[in-house]
Amino acid sequence: MSSPTPQYGPMFDTDELVINMGPQHPSTHGVLRVVLRLDGEKVVDADVVIGYLHRGVEKLSESRSWTQIVLLTDRLDYVSAATSNVGYCETVEKLMAIEVPRRAKYLRVILSELQRIASHLLWLGTHAMDTGAMTVFLYAFRERELILDLFEEYCGARLTYNSMRIGGLPQDLPPSWDRKVLEFCRIMEGKLEEYETLLTGNRIWLARTKGVGVIDGAEALALGLSGPPLRGSGVRRDVRKDEPYAAYDEMEFDVPLGVAGDTFDRYVVRMQEFRQSIRIIRQAMQGIPEGPILGKVPRLIKPPAGEVYHAIESPKGELGFFIVSDGKSTSPYRFRVRPPSFCNLQALPRLVKGHLIADVVALIGSLDVVLGEVDR
Amino acid sequence: MVELVLIPLLKIIVVLNATLLGVTYMVLLERKVIAWAQSRLGPMRVGPYGVLQPVADAMKLMLKEDITPARADKWVFTLAPILSMVPALVVYAVIPFGDEVHLFGRRISLYITDINVGLLYVVSVTSVGVYGIILAGYSSNSKWPLLASLRASAQLISYEIAITLTLVSVVLMSGTLSMVGIVTSQASQGVWYAFIQPMAFVIFFIGGLAETNRAPFDLPEAEQELTGGFHTEYSGMRFALFFLAEYANMIVVSSVATTLFLGGWLRPFPNVEFLSFLGIVPGWCWFLLKSFIFLYLFIWVRATLPRYRYDQLMRLGWKVLIPLAIANLILTAIVKVALA
Amino acid sequence: MAEAIAFYVLAACILGFAVLVVTAKNPVHSVVFLVLDFLCVAALYVTLGAEFVAAIQVLVYAGGIVVLYLFVVMLVNVKRPPEAFRAGGRHATLGLALAGAVLVEAAAIAVWSRLSPAAPASAAQTLPVSGNTEQVGWLLYTSYLVPFEVASMLLLVAMVGAIVLARKES
Repeated sequence: MSSPTPQYGPMFDTDELVINMGPQHPSTHGVLRVVLRLDGEKVVDADVVIGYLHRGVEKLSESRSWTQIVLLTDRLDYVSAATSNVGYCETVEKLMAIEVPRRAKYLRVILSELQRIASHLLWLGTHAMDTGAMTVFLYAFRERELILDLFEEYCGARLTYNSMRIGGLPQDLPPSWDRKVLEFCRIMEGKLEEYETLLTGNRIWLARTKGVGVIDGAEALALGLSGPPLRGSGVRRDVRKDEPYAAYDEMEFDVPLGVAGDTFDRYVVRMQEFRQSIRIIRQAMQGIPEGPILGKVPRLIKPPAGEVYHAIESPKGELGFFIVSDGKSTSPYRFRVRPPSFCNLQALPRLVKGHLIADVVALIGSLDVVLGEVDR
Repeated sequence: MVELVLIPLLKIIVVLNATLLGVTYMVLLERKVIAWAQSRLGPMRVGPYGVLQPVADAMKLMLKEDITPARADKWVFTLAPILSMVPALVVYAVIPFGDEVHLFGRRISLYITDINVGLLYVVSVTSVGVYGIILAGYSSNSKWPLLASLRASAQLISYEIAITLTLVSVVLMSGTLSMVGIVTSQASQGVWYAFIQPMAFVIFFIGGLAETNRAPFDLPEAEQELTGGFHTEYSGMRFALFFLAEYANMIVVSSVATTLFLGGWLRPFPNVEFLSFLGIVPGWCWFLLKSFIFLYLFIWVRATLPRYRYDQLMRLGWKVLIPLAIANLILTAIVKVALA
Repeated sequence: MAEAIAFYVLAACILGFAVLVVTAKNPVHSVVFLVLDFLCVAALYVTLGAEFVAAIQVLVYAGGIVVLYLFVVMLVNVKRPPEAFRAGGRHATLGLALAGAVLVEAAAIAVWSRLSPAAPASAAQTLPVSGNTEQVGWLLYTSYLVPFEVASMLLLVAMVGAIVLARKES
């Protein structure tokens, strides 16, 4: 542990301490490895090593049928599988120019927003736990259980849903599911007050998050950030508003923005997104039309030759899929994911510079990375 | 002969056993209380409602393989947990659990001994407890624990100053350093010192949290950040000793706070004749109840608050608590002189 | 009788630990022996009836100053080269000479004080307070006020100096 590994070269001075965090570490949110170079307590540089969860999803999909790939997308961002499903299906629908029925679009919106709440709950719990407020973790997961129950009732799974099909959804809503969703929204609003009391008003929480990891809008854009890390720096970019997909163009919601671009602002942005998601779910449940849930899709899915890029707003940021089809085979020629966590993680060395070790953990939590996406 | 040797020996045996039992059950209490705060149940399997969990934990830790790192300094590695545990236990020699009982025709005081510099003895012995942490971090011969132990000991020394200043305010009120004397002076003045020294009480509680490395000041042992801190390389019984020492320190801080600020073995409102029916409950029961409230506060705070970063922790100790404690001391002195 | 036993045992411990401090190979061991030494000295104070001084000895010396020694020793990580452990040599002769000089001096003082004993210190000075701590406090703030204030000033200057030296130019 005391000798620097060769690949880090002559930059590493003997006066500085090189510390390795992970890949087995309680708070790196997965198998992430961060090699920190410290000057006393301050971080001078950080080297992020990824790849520990690489499963070859993109290569695997070159030998899977287009419908089977939906299952692979589940396991990219395993915390919010429904949005990955939506992203992939919409990309293929864009390539094949399939018309998705309105009811399916509304259902996709409802499931995506429920998924957003679930993903943010996990973020909240783990972020708070990393800074020591371990009770919030339990409370957040208690609410997440409610969402997982809803999903289990809908598609039978709690984590990897396989809940979307190319052209729509596989099944319609179970009876009285809509009543349960609205009940959940009511409960969630009360619980949000609880979290705000425990965290936003707590001076220790403020001391741990204000001024930590400040990044301004221009630099955030230059680094390729998206989602709450970008919006926390004040840049108004939300794929649901800028390039609406599914039924988002018929929904009314705000895009919360931060001001200072620090960890606290990213936290506030996500807390506000909870409320906006509840708002969207209520609107969608109210306005959901009757109709089919699966469009006109050929039995064997064989998109025409061509390439397409389509992005959606996943809870982590802009999730994009780039697909190349050669028109002949039943698998894609090339399947490329633009994972928001991967691009957000690039900012970590820039964010932790000058901060203390304790802040590194807070910043990894603030970026909300999921290694399944990063490594694929 | 009996008075000189036998009775103190018996008292020591009783107190030590009670303390060690209390410390092991503190572990269970903490797990249960934190669980209930988090909508969980805590340990439930071992024994009815998990009551035998500490027994299982103790057996597990004792039966574990005793690993010593290859290049560790063996003597110091073994000495460190002992240096952590022993001061916590030795402090019990001066803590008064009650007034007097009549047993077998003798009057037996419910404290092992009462020295005239009792409070100073408490402070000086707990300051020796710092060595356990420093030597643990050093002897593990590894970067992580060294870093953590330096931070932990700096934190301990800083908050010791704030605590000692609050204790001086209490001594100003009571006029004596003896622990029994402080309780009797609260009885004669008819009020618990927590009511006339509220700031000292609060500072003592916060300092106590920091002294025992409890949340929100538990960065040295924050598992999330430095993979276990200064006891990373410890396993089995030595590891157990560190944690037992921490809980023993918690009980010590609670007992000292009870004695100094909450009237020790006095019943609530000792000067109000109306409530003298509360005298049915023996003194030591009041003492245990008050200490227990303190311990519950410790656990409650841990379940609720996030933890301070190290520099914020030091800033709080030096720039907030010490000036407040000094101000409290000066104010107390002025008021005392003015009223005399 | 018991006092004599206590004194001789404690004195033996103190001297033993002191020798171990000087001869230990590992500087951290030296510091640990120093701590144990100070704890024995505190016990010696207790046998003299000076409980306050004993407690302060543990609190300040063993619990504060030696901790800082330990910090420095651990951070600097002094390791003596193997050549330093060889017996004999120029250092040993010089050491013996100096030790002999100190011994002669101590013997001279002992003989002199036996021949012309000085008057015992006014220990029976009647103070308006009784009790260990109170008496020390009374004397410190009345008869010995000036040395007390000078000592405080000295500590303050040392503290300020340390902060100034340690501050980085920012």
